[in-house]
Parts: sequence; C-alpha cells; structure tokens
Amino acid sequence: MTTTEMTEPTIAQNNAQRDKSDRQRTFWHKTTPYWFMSPYIIIFGTFGIFPVLFMIYLSFHTWNPVAGLGTMEFVGLENYTLSLTDPTLWQTLWNTFLMALYSGVPQHLVALPMAYLLVQLGKRARHWLTTAYFLPYVTSTIAISMIFFVMFSKESGIINQILTGLANGSLTGWAFGWLNDFMPLGWVQENSLIRYSVSFVVFWKYVGFNIVIYTAGLATISDELYEAAIIDGANSWQRFTRIALPLLRPFIFFAVTLTIIGNMNLFDEPYVLTRGLQQASTNGMTISNYLYRVAWEWLDMGSAAAISWILFMVIGLFTGLYFWFFGRRGLGGE
Amino acid sequence: MKHTHGLGLALASLTLTSGAMAADIRLDGFPDYDSQLEAILGDFPAHNVEMLMNEHGGHHDKLKTNLATGSGAGDVVLIDRNFVGSFVNQGGFYDLTDEFAPYKDNFAAYAVTQGQGNDGNQYAVPVDLGPGVVYYRRDYMEDMGYDLDEVMTDWDSYLDYGRALKEDDILLIGNASAIATAYWNFNVEPGNGLYFDADGEPLVTSDRFKRAFELAKTVRDEGMDANISEWTEEWYAGFREGRFATQMSGAWLLGHLQNWMAPETAGNWGVSNLPDNTYGTWGGSFLAIPRQSDNPEAAWDLIEYMISEDIQLAGFKNIAAFPAHTGTYDDPMFNEPIEFLRGQRARVLFADIAENVTPVEPHEGDQIAESLIGTALEQVLNDGVDIDTALANAERQIKRRVR
Repeated sequence: MTTTEMTEPTIAQNNAQRDKSDRQRTFWHKTTPYWFMSPYIIIFGTFGIFPVLFMIYLSFHTWNPVAGLGTMEFVGLENYTLSLTDPTLWQTLWNTFLMALYSGVPQHLVALPMAYLLVQLGKRARHWLTTAYFLPYVTSTIAISMIFFVMFSKESGIINQILTGLANGSLTGWAFGWLNDFMPLGWVQENSLIRYSVSFVVFWKYVGFNIVIYTAGLATISDELYEAAIIDGANSWQRFTRIALPLLRPFIFFAVTLTIIGNMNLFDEPYVLTRGLQQASTNGMTISNYLYRVAWEWLDMGSAAAISWILFMVIGLFTGLYFWFFGRRGLGGE
Repeated sequence: MKHTHGLGLALASLTLTSGAMAADIRLDGFPDYDSQLEAILGDFPAHNVEMLMNEHGGHHDKLKTNLATGSGAGDVVLIDRNFVGSFVNQGGFYDLTDEFAPYKDNFAAYAVTQGQGNDGNQYAVPVDLGPGVVYYRRDYMEDMGYDLDEVMTDWDSYLDYGRALKEDDILLIGNASAIATAYWNFNVEPGNGLYFDADGEPLVTSDRFKRAFELAKTVRDEGMDANISEWTEEWYAGFREGRFATQMSGAWLLGHLQNWMAPETAGNWGVSNLPDNTYGTWGGSFLAIPRQSDNPEAAWDLIEYMISEDIQLAGFKNIAAFPAHTGTYDDPMFNEPIEFLRGQRARVLFADIAENVTPVEPHEGDQIAESLIGTALEQVLNDGVDIDTALANAERQIKRRVR
C-alpha cells in the first residue's frame, strides 16, 4: 500500500469507480441466468458435447485404449472405408433393421387398438391396466432379458415346455402335433430364431409405453366428436378409423419416431439373449453390439467411432425419410 | 490457495519418500481372489493393501478404461490369460523383467512366456495356471467296458467312445464347440502362435483349425452333444443329471464341479490328459503393475509376496488357484487323493501338464481372431456352413481387422 492511494479520490476517479461498479452490476445481472444454468451446461458439456466432438476426432485415428491416450495415430478416412467395406457391419445393420421392423410394427399395431379399448373401459380399469402395461417399460432391460433368456432356454424353458405340452396334449395334439418334429427349439441359440426371440422381448417391453402415449392422445379427442358420429350412425370400428386414428396422427408420428430411433440403437436385449454375443451372434448381433465388440473386445476405438457415425447417418436417414413422407401430415398439418 | 499448495507439497514429499516406508496400495481383481487376499494379507505387514473386486468381465472393462485414461487403476492388477495378450504389448505396464529374473526359472515356462511382450520383456507375472484336462465319468466308462487309455488314444478313439455312448443315450459332451476349442488350443505347431504365425500372418485356414472344426462337426452331426451353451443353467443341470460323459476344461473346473455344479456326482468322475496325450492350458491369471501406479516398488513387494512358494500353496488351498510356482509341486498336498475323483491323485497330473505345456507367444490380434473363429465355428455347427468357406471368411476378416 502506498500513500497516494490513501488520499481522497478525485471526482474523475470517483466517476470511474462508479462506472466500474455499474458495469459489474450489469455484468452480474446479465449473466445470472447463465450461472444458474451452469451446473447443467457443465455436465452436459462434459458428458454430452465433449464425447461427441471427441468421437469425431477419434473416427479419423487409430487408437488402442489399452495403450493410453498418447498412441492415437491419424489415418484419415481409413476407419470409414474399412467399416463400410466390412461384411459384418452390413450384416449387423441388416439384423438391426429386421429386428427393428419385427418388434416395431407389432408394437404400434397392438398399442393403437389396445389404447382405444382401454379408453372405452372407463377411468378406473384404464388406470390399473395402463399401469400394468407400463410396468415392463420401467423394469430394468437387463433383468427382463435375463428372465426371458431363462424362459427361452432349450430344455427347461417354460416356452418350450408349453409347446411340448400342447403338441402332446390329448385335446391340443391334433393342432400342435407337428411341433414335435422341431422340439426342442433353440430360441436363443439358433441363428434362424434369434431375431424373433429378441424382437418379441423388445415388443413386450415397449408396447406399454406406446399404449400410454396413445391413451393420452385419445384423451385429447373431445367426446362430442364421437357423440356426433354415433348420431350419424357410425359403428365403433368406423369411430376408431375415421375419428380416433386421424386425430391421433401427431401422437403416432411421435411414437413411431421414438421407435425408429430406439430400435436402431438396440443393444441390451440382443446382448443378453445372445449371452454377450457368444451364441447366435451372426443373426442376433445389432450394429450397436458390433461397435461395442470392436471398441471393447477388439480395442479398436477408431473403427468403433466410425461405425457410430455410420449408425448415426443411418438413423438420420430413416428418420429423415419418415419425416419426408409423413412429416407434414404426421404433425397435424395438411 | 496457499494452504492447498502446502498440502500438495507435503503429499508430494510423502510420496517421494514412501519407497522405504509402508505405502497404501490397491489390488484390483476379481473373485475368488478376495478370499485369497483376506486369508494372506494378515501376514503382509509391509504395506496397507486395499482391494477392489469386480466380477470377471466388469473388472477387465474397468481396467481397459483405466489404461485408456491413464488413471484409476490399482497399483497391482489381476489379468486373465485371455486378456494378457492384448495388454502386454501396449506399454501400459511396468517392465518387471529385472524384478522377476530371480524367480523366473521356478515358474511354468509357458505362463512366463504368456506374460511377455513382443520385445521379450516381462510385463505380467503368472500367479495361477489352468492346466487343460478332460473330466470323464468313470462309471459310464466301466459300464460300457472301455478303459481310459483306449478312449484317449487319439481323437478318433475318443469319437468312437462317443458313438458307443450314444447308443446308451448318453452324450459325449455338453457342447461340441469345446472339442474344437481344445483341439486348436492344444495342438499349436512349434514356433507359431495360437492364431498367428511368427510373422503375424493368420493361421486359421491351416490344418489345425480344419481338423478342430471337423471333429466338432462330426460330434454335432452324429448327435453326440446336447448343443447346450456352456455356463448356463441347463449345462449345470446336464452335469447334475449325468447326461454328459466327458468335458474338456481347465483343472479349475474341479472346484466348480464339486462345490456347486454337481456335488452329488462325487466319486463318479476322473480326470485325464486330452486325447492323443496332448498337453494344453485352459485359463490362468497374471499380476501386473500399471504405469500409472504411484507406488511401483510397494506394488512389486505385494506381487513378490503373492508369488512366493507359501502363498502360492495357500492360494491352492484357499481358492483352488493352481500354483504357477513349480517349486510347490513337491508339496505333500499334491499327492493327496481327491475324493470327488474317486481317490485319484489328480494334482500330480495337473503339475505334470503345467511343466510340459509348450510356450505359445501371444499376439495382439488374439482377441479379434478368437471371436471371429468363434462365429465361424457357430456357423459351421449350427447353420451348416461349409468348413473351408467359414474359415476362409474368418481369415479374410481377421486380416482386415488386425492392423
């Protein structure tokens, strides 16, 4: 501290001081919202933005994670050309597409009429049943898949036991007897069956979620419309197809978009049902499973990053096409 | 600010001098090593050892992340044999060549080689071994009027035994793929690696793999296996119900069989070399010190303790981890008859195998080759794909992927 600073400030100095504190006040005033947002922004930046940017960088390098960060080597587009000419990538993409289709389409075909029925049933029953259908969705995917794995098992699994019972039962034998030629079915062991098994689990888990979306959607449709239709002599099927379905379009659009994105990212169910890609992996492995294998089993992070971007493009393409064809009408516009 | 600086300096000086005094170190591993450590750490006062145990898969995933980011790994880490090949060549571990030199000759030669990088330095030290053997049901062999030497003469005689069993509705093995795996693992040509030759060229279209695939395919096609996946509830049930007459595995399967998989079948089992008198290895674990460790000296002290003769024997008693230290094989314990195997002195056989296995150099592409060959085998056994096609396809993919 010097003596000059101890003297009284001049007017100019005083003004400057005031300006400064004003500026400070405005600064704090203006930035306050951002300070409040900062916890989210920091977390999102660290775990959301940074990995995405890092993955772009990574996809142009080879990197064995076990060797540490210093060993990255720039290889240009090699990871992309290697992946795009990789038959396994195309096979797993095809598997993903088929399983997305097998599990996705029935989800909506079942959820729509089911939601319509639930709404007809009245409030009390509806609340109970929607909760029941929603339960699989909030249950851990791993737990569900492991239970299905046991149910699908070849000799002691309940599914094969029921089928054997039906095939040999005195009352049902005539209809199911032919099943005996195929028993026991390796639901999660055979490449010919694995896609159906995985798709069924995915269907079972997510159908409730769609039912909830559609019941919510149906609740927005005014009763007057139905009443008017009844007066005009419309039967219940006509009321479903002519009133409920068209007015549900935005909801269908939303739910189908989620299904496309979710199903193309399918990981847990096939991973558990193929026992960590150990069995029926030729047809049961999705592209997400494959990129996990490339990254963590084969320790080729660069290729895995490239595959992630390829998957991103594919999902973008599918969603884009869907928007292109159904977007305007889907969102309720004409 | 000043305060933290001071603290930082104090910590730094503490670390610098810690070589001589007790240090806090951590061992990362997987069960049952927790039981072993709990039993032995009481007699290791030199340092404070903490342990972090995760199940087998989770532990190795965590270790990969730790190595990638350069932080978070323990001072000593346990590594399964399957991962050691892809870890030792990547520079994430301290070179233990000098430290291990005085002990090296006392350890199973093949396991010592497995812990070495391509540069010949020792990055991982063997702590337990998995001598490869066949477990077989003695009662079935007696009932059928076969004797062991007759069955295990070669692979064809082994298959003939399977055909005879089939007539009595007993299966040779739970899953034919174990036969193929055993064959290509245990018949490596001198100078070659498991999947790659000395120049890094893939070997998967060689006769060794063709023969392995043919053996498994014969077993599958003639209905001598149950096509049940290993390590599933049905596989365990198969052992309990006595559906399988043989199983290839590491010596360690004995512990699982007698403790929980099929304790009620005690006395019906025997253990033998693989057909054609093959010596092989199935599993095993290693210890290594990650470069990120702040206390490599203390970490080595712990490793040195864990590979000492007494502790190796204790591991065998506590968790049936077969000692990598061959000096332990004179212990009277090895001569004890094992009741579960109808009094067979099986440990002598295990020790004999451990000392006779030919070293096989690990290759960094082993993991890639292993999963691609696994897929090829599945296609051959389950989907009727032709063996040559499947192997050629696997070779093409291995060549692309190993860069």
